[in-house]
Amino acid sequence: MHHEARTRVNDFALKLANVNGTGSASANGLLLQAIFRMGIPVSGKNLFPSNIQGLPTWYEIRVSRDGRTARALDYDLIVAMNARTYEQDIRELRPGGYLLYDSTWPLDTALLRADVRFLGIPLARLCNAAFSDPRERILMKNVAYAGALAALLDADMTVVERLLEERYGHRKGLRESNSCALRIGYDYAIANLECPLPFRLEKMDGNRDSILIDGNTATALGCLYAGATVAAWYPITPATSIMDAFKGFCGKYRRDPETGRNRYCILQAEDEMASIGMVIGAGWMGARAFTSTAGPGISLMNELLGLAYYAEIPAVVIDVQRVGPSTGMPTRTQQSDVLKCAYASHGDTKHVLLFPADPKECFDFAVTAFDLAERFQTPVILMSDLDIGMNDWVVPRLRWDDAYRPDRGRVLGTEDLARLGTFFRYHPEDEDHVAARTLPGIDPKGAFFTRGSGHDKFGAYTETPDDYREVMERLALKHRAAARSVPAPVIVRRPGASVGVVSMGSCDPAIREALDELARRGLAADYMRVRGFPFGEEVEAFLEEHEIVPVVEMNRDAQLRSLLTLETRVPKEKLRSVLAYGGFPLSARTVVDGVLSRVEVPRGVPR
Amino acid sequence: MASPGKPPVVHPALERNALGLTLRDYEGSMSTLCAGCGHDSVTAAIVRAFWELSTPPHRIAKLSGIGCSSKTPTYFVSGAHGFNSAHGRMPAIATGANAADRELAYIGISGDGDSLSIGLGQMVHAIRRNVDLLYVLENNGVYGLTKGQFSASADVGSKSKRGEPNPMAPIDPVTLALALGATFVARGFSGDKAQLVPILKAGIAHRGFALVDVVSPCVTFNDHEGSTKSYVHTRRHQVRAVLADFVPPAREITAAVGDGEATRVAMHDGSVVRFVAVPQNYDPTDRRAVFAYLQDQRGKGVIPTGLLFLDEGTPDLHEMSATIDVPLARVPYEKLCPGSRELERLQEEFR
Ligand SMILES: Cc1ncc(C[n+]2csc(CCOP(=O)(O)OP(=O)(O)O)c2C)c(N)n1
Ligand code: SF4
Ligand SMILES: [Mg+2]
Repeated sequence: MHHEARTRVNDFALKLANVNGTGSASANGLLLQAIFRMGIPVSGKNLFPSNIQGLPTWYEIRVSRDGRTARALDYDLIVAMNARTYEQDIRELRPGGYLLYDSTWPLDTALLRADVRFLGIPLARLCNAAFSDPRERILMKNVAYAGALAALLDADMTVVERLLEERYGHRKGLRESNSCALRIGYDYAIANLECPLPFRLEKMDGNRDSILIDGNTATALGCLYAGATVAAWYPITPATSIMDAFKGFCGKYRRDPETGRNRYCILQAEDEMASIGMVIGAGWMGARAFTSTAGPGISLMNELLGLAYYAEIPAVVIDVQRVGPSTGMPTRTQQSDVLKCAYASHGDTKHVLLFPADPKECFDFAVTAFDLAERFQTPVILMSDLDIGMNDWVVPRLRWDDAYRPDRGRVLGTEDLARLGTFFRYHPEDEDHVAARTLPGIDPKGAFFTRGSGHDKFGAYTETPDDYREVMERLALKHRAAARSVPAPVIVRRPGASVGVVSMGSCDPAIREALDELARRGLAADYMRVRGFPFGEEVEAFLEEHEIVPVVEMNRDAQLRSLLTLETRVPKEKLRSVLAYGGFPLSARTVVDGVLSRVEVPRGVPR
Repeated sequence: MASPGKPPVVHPALERNALGLTLRDYEGSMSTLCAGCGHDSVTAAIVRAFWELSTPPHRIAKLSGIGCSSKTPTYFVSGAHGFNSAHGRMPAIATGANAADRELAYIGISGDGDSLSIGLGQMVHAIRRNVDLLYVLENNGVYGLTKGQFSASADVGSKSKRGEPNPMAPIDPVTLALALGATFVARGFSGDKAQLVPILKAGIAHRGFALVDVVSPCVTFNDHEGSTKSYVHTRRHQVRAVLADFVPPAREITAAVGDGEATRVAMHDGSVVRFVAVPQNYDPTDRRAVFAYLQDQRGKGVIPTGLLFLDEGTPDLHEMSATIDVPLARVPYEKLCPGSRELERLQEEFR
């Protein structure tokens, strides 16, 4: 049998195969957090089904002292807790890998692989002996395998125990059963298996200035800090946890200390047409308002996004993208709403998009979204995705500048109105082609009539071609002007680069890793991650600079590439698509293979 | 400034309300609807109601969907903030606006197509949330703006201009709203301004969703023989079942109308609605009885009008949401942001 020559420390990947609804999430999360607390960079990816109970679900943990957080495809150890996926799970192990399974029942010998080591622990039997409640027996099997993994990987048990205390300290019974189950697995592994394995954990100091957070929680925090007071939504995976988190934060930070009443209003709408309507109504009134949704909701919001664009009303929409079309695969990730969001609604419409790559940017860009929405008096869509939104990422601590004040854009108050004498809603415009607005109820001189029907620059109803066009042209200029204000692209250059890779959002970790790998193999590539639409001059310049531009994105139709060809001067032929859209987070290998297949590989670069 | 309660003295157009404003000050731009359209009469009643209430024009938010009816907000109170939005979407926009600023007086104008077809879901949910909004449904049985198709309020057998009878049962907004738990339900007729004005005033004073279904004939597409939403048909079948009179706050209640036995309902702002003429044993606060009465009248082919039901005890959107008194849109940012130290502390939970 294959044996590892060297021990690998803090550099391996695990996959935990479970049945949905058996409570594995908390055990898996416990492991992830324990590794994080040991100071080791780590990432967790939840590959779950659209189901409440019974379907297969996987959790992948990648431990990487170098901070690689993309999905790894080579698993060193798989915990196979779902007999129905044994075959697939065993197949996915790298040669020399390990499979941990519940040996209460014998393993079908047909499944055995000569290059894999099988580690059996009679988890069900041990838990049946220790616990009497049937539900507890099932739940505690998960904690028991977490204990076994702690032994096999040499995790710091005091860290794990402390986590249990933090999580369940206030519930004595639960604390005790968890502790007991953890020990069952740990002790069995120490007594019966070779511990630790040739790949293991070791305390380091890699997370001192980091946190472990999912993008939806970070987005909700961003909305809280931005001063959002009205939120409207309709439940949808994978966006739901944004509003759950927002509600939690508001309960904590938005209660009036004297009356105990709320400085926020969350409206669970009847559908997404209503939720965007509520946001527009609140934005019209001058509140910072947002909605969170996913692709199907964006489809429904189209009509009113056009209204907000044309009537120039601030609105923040958070799109946590998932696999489409239609219901698609709601629990899987994709970047397939790009074009839909860029041009949402009928008629000539264009929106401002922000592309965060991780939870930290979700937090920062949520705030940016409100500022831009108010400054440009238009909808701004934050393009998150399921991978960012629902998975735990290790990111630098979030920072807040107490000097921050919301950019309310050009809003006229009583004094301004008195000074100006007359007020027209869409005239005059400033250097960004934005006209000042007033808020309803503030001053008699500020009253105006908002309409989605044809209007001239004074806000009056029109059916006159020139008057209509004048407003539409200003709106186009305004959109273009926003290019200067959206977050600039992140550009990483390498000496001797022959190609320039372009991507967005959650592709980032996989691309960074892939580009290192390609450089090792002799193909140096520059990299630009776009972070906002409309595209600015830096995007144009990068595209101009490179003759070959692989565009990596997670959708079938190369939507980012299309947007670049439509909205920049780049010749279409330069842009070569690398597409991965099966629904799982991107891995470096996919990018490496994709880029190699799209460029003329210099001699000597192994494919 | 004329003191409230004084009898009218001068020419009506010059009469001033408590703010010193004339009726003119509550008008809007010239209507572009067909001459004789019922909607214009509703507009006139709205002008009158706000003027009589002395609502500061800029403290009024007037919203609408799309349709001939939804065009009318431009024709009243030009000093108010207006929003002519999208077809069937006004209830959500009004809900969001009200969530952001609870202090303004909200009036939403809609049509039977806008409310009972494309926007039915939104209207129903605004009722459920009891959004503080006067909701005027200008009901003509057709889609006026798209040239006369039957709407969902068309009665069975009612004939189109071309003579085809409508085969489907109508959605009656009044019984629908009652069944949904609406807290203010009224029906008016555009041709009966005397009855409509106090209803509108009470609807504005009502804290919560006030549905006012107004039969408002479309002279161009639905005012012919055989239509049940024509002026003639409505005049013939309308029964002023419930006559209410609205007494603003701080005004002495005098027995000007009706008998002394009138049912009185005190509104949240201190005003009072007096039910001065009701059918025998009619209790406008008894939802089940009102419902039964309406079903009964419908069977008789009667169109009962008036302020049919009133409930001042159910919490509105803000009370249900326990929001603060200060409009959310006006809360200073300092009271909304927890600050950097709290962010640092909070992040210990993410370690
Ligand atoms: C999404 C959408 N679909 C269709 C229309 C076309 N449309 C405009 S008004 C209207 C019907 C209006 O009927 P109603 O609300 O009864 O108003 P009325 O004109 O009768 O007062 C329709 C179907 C539209 N504006 N938007
Ligand atoms: S078409 Fe009918 S509803 Fe429209 S303005 Fe003319 S009369 Fe009124
Ligand atoms: Mg109609």
